Amino acid sequence: MNPQTATTLLELRDLRTVFHTARGALTAVNGVNLSLHEGEVLGLVGESGSGKSVTLRSILRLVRPPGKVSGTVLWRGTNLLELPESRLRKVRGGEISMIFQEPMTALNPVLNIGEQITETLQEHTNLSSQDRNARATELLELVGIPSPKERLKDFPHQFSGGMRQRAMIAIALASNPKLLLADEPTTALDVTIQDQILKLLLRLKDTLGMGVILVTHDLGVVAQTCDRVAVMYAGRIVEVAPASELFAQPRHAYTLGLLNSVPGAQSTRRPLIPIPGAPPNLANLPPGCPFSPRCPYVTNACKLEQPALQAISSTRLSACIHFDRLEPVNAQPPPEVQP
Amino acid sequence: MKPSDHTPIMRVRDLTKTFPVASSGLDRVRGLPAKSVKALTGVSLDLLRGETLGIVGESGCGKSTLARCLVRLYDADSGTLEYDGTNVLGLRGKNLRSYNRRVQMVFQDPFSSLNPRMTVGQVLNEALAVHRLRSSREIPGRIQELLELVGLPKDASERLPHEFSGGQRQRIGIARALSVEPETLIADELVSALDVSVQAQVVNLLLELQERLHLTVMFVAHDLRLVRHISHRVAVMYLGRIVELSSTEKLFSSPEHPYTQALLRAAPDLDPSRKNTLEAVHGELPSPLNPPSGCAFHPRCPKAFERCTLEVPKLEARGLEGHESACFLYEPSSKFKLNLNLLEKP
Ligand SMILES: Nc1ncnc2c1ncn2[C@@H]1O[C@H](COP(=O)(O)OP(=O)(O)O)[C@@H](O)[C@H]1O
Ligand SMILES: Nc1ncnc2c1ncn2[C@@H]1O[C@H](COP(=O)(O)OP(=O)(O)O)[C@@H](O)[C@H]1O
Ligand code: SF4
Ligand SMILES: [Mg+2]
Ligand SMILES: [Mg+2]
Repeated sequence: MNPQTATTLLELRDLRTVFHTARGALTAVNGVNLSLHEGEVLGLVGESGSGKSVTLRSILRLVRPPGKVSGTVLWRGTNLLELPESRLRKVRGGEISMIFQEPMTALNPVLNIGEQITETLQEHTNLSSQDRNARATELLELVGIPSPKERLKDFPHQFSGGMRQRAMIAIALASNPKLLLADEPTTALDVTIQDQILKLLLRLKDTLGMGVILVTHDLGVVAQTCDRVAVMYAGRIVEVAPASELFAQPRHAYTLGLLNSVPGAQSTRRPLIPIPGAPPNLANLPPGCPFSPRCPYVTNACKLEQPALQAISSTRLSACIHFDRLEPVNAQPPPEVQP
Repeated sequence: MKPSDHTPIMRVRDLTKTFPVASSGLDRVRGLPAKSVKALTGVSLDLLRGETLGIVGESGCGKSTLARCLVRLYDADSGTLEYDGTNVLGLRGKNLRSYNRRVQMVFQDPFSSLNPRMTVGQVLNEALAVHRLRSSREIPGRIQELLELVGLPKDASERLPHEFSGGQRQRIGIARALSVEPETLIADELVSALDVSVQAQVVNLLLELQERLHLTVMFVAHDLRLVRHISHRVAVMYLGRIVELSSTEKLFSSPEHPYTQALLRAAPDLDPSRKNTLEAVHGELPSPLNPPSGCAFHPRCPKAFERCTLEVPKLEARGLEGHESACFLYEPSSKFKLNLNLLEKP
């Protein structure tokens, strides 16, 4: 999809989420700028602790104290961060739905699945009680749960992991959302079930015309499901690109490092190319580029100033000073193995 | 690298392990029989000296149970387990300890397998002392050697596990396993909890140590990409059985079993241009409490025919030499060739 012609559904401007802890201020989301187009699947990828979940939760103001969210979350023209709580509640679980890695955290253990769907329908639609029941069955059918009518009476613990994930998706879809925020929805699932759920999500996105932000740490999942990808590192977006272009040639040294770390098909039993060291402490970031202490391309310029996320082509953004010097994936010589 | 030679160091035959499942009071009142989970049903395989054998499969298929039976953390119900010519299932006391020194397990969760109140030095000291491999005078030097071997800083021995990152803790686990100079490592989901960049560090360490110390490795994991990268041969498990076992190259290029094919199709490809909109396989994993008849994969298998529902297909060579699968779509080659398995049994 061409970003110039596509309609923007959601826009994050300088989104910042800080946790004020006893050990000092920890900036989990550090000035994120990002937009999502209608009908698009945007992947948000990065290693654990990079701020993906907090970014998603900040969009819906689900961050609890001591977390503080600032910046702008522009949703169809309104800034959600300034919306009164009562109006935000209509958006949350209404126009914007969210699903999680662990369905049990989102599902109510004492209500059966049917009750949980009809509850959402009651809150976010004008359907009559009878229509709500019919719609609940339809929704379970839509997400591929066999004998939907009977399963409506089942409680969450009576479902398998994969079926629970489907049930949570059904509840999320009950309000006819325009945007689905999905936080590692398949990370806890087995690979054949993950495959089913991802394909289900893609089908639903097409039939319902939703936008999706998919948070994941799995680059394979990104490659198979996302139209565009935003790569996060230490609370910042460091690269944005259409998926095909990103995997063909990363334009941030961290993205290249990630792709090099994944075992490829051809390199059996050869050393992989890891990223040395570990991500920085978010309460005490290094000066300049946050990746500079681990970066094989680092120069003095990288350490002076935090490089801004900039357009490097009509479709791509990068916050890497040396974006045009990066080698192709798997082209670097393997590093010296640690002693 | 190829495994140094092809003689089996470990032979597993027909290993079976069942866990009782607590039945509800109501079931007992009704006089229903006690339920049980068949975690392993007749698992047979050879571990070749110097090789890395990958074990893959989805959760609950029995990978961890197999690993634990092999190091005698669990007692198998039936079957045989031979290591270097010795019957392992009969070992007791001193002989069992000696076996456990030669065959070490490295666990999935670096947190839970380390005592939070013991420094890394104490952890390694304990392992060394139990097996009396070094005199107490030599132990501090050996600890430094081990830390260096796995790439941990020298001062690590003074520190507690929680002061280390996930990747470093995994290195500590490896150092502890290596401290007793084992010949064989059984690694259960060794790097599954780590981020990819750190995973790569630990994988490199494992590859390097294997070369240097001539280790035999059984690498248990659910990540196909990782198993493919690291293994010489791979066994695919489904519901307590091995359904295919082959050299890594053949298994990934020409999988025979429909489950292996589904598993490979389901693993998301890193190339966005190779997208598949069809599901790799329909249906859920069946409950191990109530496994399907015949081939356990038949309810999900697109190619199943009547025989699959009635009879359990045996794991055996059905085409290429050294490539075994348990699927009726392929005629066993043993019909035409000498069956080596039969020769072993009196
Ligand atoms: N409630 C909280 N209080 C303090 N720190 C938090 C809280 N929630 C998240 N963080 C911190 O914010 C950072 C980003 O977390 P998260 O968004 O969950 O990462 P990801 O989803 O990318 O793994 C982490 O360092 C995490 O420890
Ligand atoms: N200690 C145990 N007690 C009861 N059941 C168990 C035990 N360990 C494993 N199981 C059961 O045995 C089966 C195989 O489990 P496991 O070997 O852990 O599989 P995997 O490691 O492949 O995920 C599962 O159904 C599991 O629930
Ligand atoms: S034996 Fe039958 S059911 Fe099992 S995998 Fe082969 S074809 Fe499918
Ligand atoms: Mg997260
Ligand atoms: Mg396991």
